[in-house]
Amino acid sequence: MATETLIWLVPLPPLLAFFLIVLFTNKSKALSHSIAVGAAFLSWLAAMLIFAAALGREHLGEDPFTSQINWLPTGDTFLKIGVMIDPLSAVVLFFVGWTVLMIFLYSVGYHNFGQPAGDHDHKGLPPHGATVTDEHGHKHTVLSIEPMYSRFFAFIGLFAFGMYTLVVSDNLLTLFVGWEIMGLCSYLLIGFWFAKPSARAAAIKAFMTTRVGDVFMLMGVAYLYSMTGTLSYRAIFYNEEVLHHLATTAAPLFGMSAAGLIGLLLFIGTVGKSAQWPLHIWLPDAMEGPTPVSAMIHAATMVSAGVYMVIRIFPLFTADWDHHSLTTTMSIIAFIGAFTAIFAATIAVAQNDIKKVLAYSTISQLGFMIAALGMGAYIAAAFHLVTHAFFKALLFLGSGSVIHGMEHGVMHTGDHHVDPQDMWNMGGLRKKMPITFWTFLIGGFALSGFPLVTAGFWSKDEILADAFAHGHWAILATLSIAALMTAFYTMRQITLTFFGEPRTKEAEHAHETPWTMTTPLVVLSVFAIGYGWLGIPEHFPGLGGIVPNWFHEFVGGTLIHHPEAVAFHWEPLAISLVVAFGGLGLGWVVYKDVKAGQPDPLEKPLGPLYPFLKNKWYFDEFYTYYVVGPMTWVSEVFTFQWMDRGVIDGIIHSVAQLAPAIGSFLRNWFDKPVVNELIGDGSAAVFQWLGHQLRFIQTGRLQAYLISAVATFLVVGAALYYFGF
Amino acid sequence: MIPLSWYLFLSAALFCIGLYGVLARKNAIAILLGVELMLNAVNINLVAFWRYLDPTQMGGQVFAIIVFAVAAAEVAVGLSLVISIYRTRGTVVADELDMMKW
Repeated sequence: MATETLIWLVPLPPLLAFFLIVLFTNKSKALSHSIAVGAAFLSWLAAMLIFAAALGREHLGEDPFTSQINWLPTGDTFLKIGVMIDPLSAVVLFFVGWTVLMIFLYSVGYHNFGQPAGDHDHKGLPPHGATVTDEHGHKHTVLSIEPMYSRFFAFIGLFAFGMYTLVVSDNLLTLFVGWEIMGLCSYLLIGFWFAKPSARAAAIKAFMTTRVGDVFMLMGVAYLYSMTGTLSYRAIFYNEEVLHHLATTAAPLFGMSAAGLIGLLLFIGTVGKSAQWPLHIWLPDAMEGPTPVSAMIHAATMVSAGVYMVIRIFPLFTADWDHHSLTTTMSIIAFIGAFTAIFAATIAVAQNDIKKVLAYSTISQLGFMIAALGMGAYIAAAFHLVTHAFFKALLFLGSGSVIHGMEHGVMHTGDHHVDPQDMWNMGGLRKKMPITFWTFLIGGFALSGFPLVTAGFWSKDEILADAFAHGHWAILATLSIAALMTAFYTMRQITLTFFGEPRTKEAEHAHETPWTMTTPLVVLSVFAIGYGWLGIPEHFPGLGGIVPNWFHEFVGGTLIHHPEAVAFHWEPLAISLVVAFGGLGLGWVVYKDVKAGQPDPLEKPLGPLYPFLKNKWYFDEFYTYYVVGPMTWVSEVFTFQWMDRGVIDGIIHSVAQLAPAIGSFLRNWFDKPVVNELIGDGSAAVFQWLGHQLRFIQTGRLQAYLISAVATFLVVGAALYYFGF
Repeated sequence: MIPLSWYLFLSAALFCIGLYGVLARKNAIAILLGVELMLNAVNINLVAFWRYLDPTQMGGQVFAIIVFAVAAAEVAVGLSLVISIYRTRGTVVADELDMMKW
């Protein structure tokens, strides 16, 4: 099969799986997950074949795999859609294929396949557990299977379709289509346990918040189309003429170039999708969804799609960049990225929910990538995108495994007030859950940037090196502190979860999870370590040059002007080492001896700052008061009461009152006096009067009648005679 | 031969006498007599026109005979009405028979 055909086929199996499960197989849980995992496997296989073909193609950047069809006729031309695999989409397709397949497999175990149905489980609520009696007659409470098992696989199938569509598409339109399909699936899956009010609220919050970004993004897409007449990547981003035209056309706003404004508008879409400040608020709440969803949608793929889009449009918003001082758009992007990176990292330090820590860490790491793009570090951002997708999916799946193990403990003790997600209820899990522990440790070290072995080190180091080499000191400082905090909260998380002694009975009875959950952890941890070796800088002391910097060479080909590798400096490497070891060491020292019931050791030294961080800088409260409140006022008071009730209903009511008024006027002043009295009664009166007057003719005497008859005859006869008839 | 106009004058005179009788006489029977005169005036007209204008056909004579028959029937009905009125109202004076009014 031609590679181009194969590219078209990549997104299809999950879509087919979605329809098959929804329409036919939803009664059978085993069949449904087989179809879904099988579809994910087919897509994975296709993705790997395509990746291999992409590796084997010389000059893939200049000559990518493309295929286009005419889609919508627009006058005398067609709006074309198509697929394209260039180096960037090839590496993205690679990590999407792996993470999606792993998470599909993981979901089988996570939703307790093979366990009995719950005693009183309801659709729309997480399973509560089932009571089983063993051969000795003892009753045990065990985990029960998810009541809406098939529905979950249908949704993630649809999601995978959206993500693959986004990756293989060669234009912003189908990218946007995939983007929105994922938005819908994100909404559906965050609200998967829809009987929980918090999950419902989180789903709505996620949908509404990303909607804000998407509206701007759509405006950017429309602006770009009106300027260039196409949305194809090749025709815009790989075309010097078009880029030059966009860079030299002034936009109507803020004195930017059209390229800058379009880039900014599209970037706002990413701010929503990739949960960047100030639209970050939905992502932590999205943790209400099942953990595989958090791993796939809210760490590895969908939020990465936002960054992927910014990487895609990189030639656009850097079109008017002179490679020395950043343009307005780039400064905004860099600022938002760097601020988000440090801001989310500070919040993550004070979270107790194992998934919330990872959620803020995701926001923070996405901020790293955005900041890198803002300062023009194209390769570094793409590299961090891929490595982050692997290790963050690993961490989320690991956290799901931990929660699962804790739920096992909760089932055992029967104390349902113990929150299996609260890290303060854990401790000592390394002995209970060894596979989860080691893989989580690898993921956590990759996130912290543990030197040399982990992928996260190489990608993060590259961002810092780039910032150093180009003299972006503020960004360098911000990201370094953020990286330090990253290492700190990661070690805090690992220590609280896995080290020390169990702080609750539940943690004592935690249990390793089934193979369907641990296999993905192992596979992903391989990438969390190994993928970094593909991007070791050439001049790195000792290691540089042993393995060629494949990632740089390969992905760099996506751009017309291949970006140059930054020269090696000791300073950013030193910073990387210091923040990684410093953060990890500090986290270990502070949290290694935490006992049950003890408050967070940070609470005292941080003072009033601690509740501030714990409450996420009060952003939710801020938005509730200053955004949601006014919006509610606008919709309920202004729009509903004033505009709708007052103005629109007022007009309608006035019209409604005018009609009876006209009717009553006509009745009183025309119908009654003219029609009824004058014409109706009047004619009757006239004829009555005439009758009264003429009654005297009727004498009743025969001869009088005869006389009148004769007289009439004579008169008429005379008249006829006279007039000549 | 006597010219046609003489017959027509005779007929007109007879008709006017009959008409006068119908309009002026008070007695209902006299009114009926007047009607008979008028019918006979018509008959004279019919026969005279037949004789002078179209003697080969029989139309005029036939019409005259039909008029006789009708006149006879009319007198029979008329007189019986008069008798009926006389029995109920006790009079045959036309002016007093004024039921056909408001």
